[in-house]
Amino acid sequence: MDGSDFRDGLRSGFPITLAASPFGALFGALAIDNGFTIADAVLMSATVYAGASQMVGIELFGSHVQPWLVVLSVFAVNFRHVLYSASIAKHIRHFSLTQKLLAFFLLVDPQYAETEQRSERGLPVTFAWYLGFGLVIYVPWLLNTLVGAIFGQMIGDPKAIGLDVLLPVYFLGLVMSFRKRDRFLPIVATSAVASVAAMHFVGSPWHVSIGALAGILLAACLPLQQAAKEVRPAEQEA
Amino acid sequence: MDPQHLELIYLIIAAAIATYATRFGGYVLITQLKNIPPRLEAALNAVPAAVLTTLVAPAFVYGGFDVAAAMLVAFVIGLRFSTLRMLLVGWLVVMVIRYLVV
Repeated sequence: MDGSDFRDGLRSGFPITLAASPFGALFGALAIDNGFTIADAVLMSATVYAGASQMVGIELFGSHVQPWLVVLSVFAVNFRHVLYSASIAKHIRHFSLTQKLLAFFLLVDPQYAETEQRSERGLPVTFAWYLGFGLVIYVPWLLNTLVGAIFGQMIGDPKAIGLDVLLPVYFLGLVMSFRKRDRFLPIVATSAVASVAAMHFVGSPWHVSIGALAGILLAACLPLQQAAKEVRPAEQEA
Repeated sequence: MDPQHLELIYLIIAAAIATYATRFGGYVLITQLKNIPPRLEAALNAVPAAVLTTLVAPAFVYGGFDVAAAMLVAFVIGLRFSTLRMLLVGWLVVMVIRYLVV
């Protein structure tokens, strides 16, 4: 295992740790509100490890929705991970089976985006890098859940200390990192309009699946030959 | 452990298995296909920008003036600088608007 790749992963994961920390704490606090014990909250963060779906899960559990429906909702919110795991297959083909099984477990949004971005920049996606990047997010996620659960009410309103702005800005940065990819602008414009419309007419969290599907369908339907011509120079630049 | 609490533990484990299935399933599906059809490849290439946009656009539209302003400034910063600087500047803009302007 390459130590410098591992440290490289730790370093590049650190901004995400900062951005995600308030949400880990918020999850811990909200879980207590919804009838979880501290151990339940940490167990969910440790095993599910998918922020948005954990929030949806505790909210539905708190409103006494039937268990199978809670699990189905978690599955629906996380459905985008099917696309991630299909899309990173070409980058992790050289991992061993055990490494792959662990890699899938750690495959959260920033892990996926950063893996794609690393390969876009022509850097090798080694298991050491992947693990470093994953652990520097996973371990603080558990600790923040624990702290949030313990101090529950003390967090109060995350808006008062400006924490609510961190995640959208972080995701904005990730979107911008893909701006050299083919058909970037039409895809982003389509997903933006579709997700805002879905938010307005259907509601959260469906805006994620609906908005993403709109952009992906557009990419699949646009003429291919032109796309093939454009791909090469764009990829070389990146 | 009382039955209700036990049910919650089962629920969490089931949610974890469902989540792992989504992270494992795409890989299994894609490696079963010998040749990836070009349209599927174009679609997969669009996934990151498409998904991440859905986490950005609604926050910009419905997040309020302060969040929208912070995102605009962060966007300009992001054209030249790292994500960490985007976060710092975005956070500063929000705090300035909330406590010094309004």
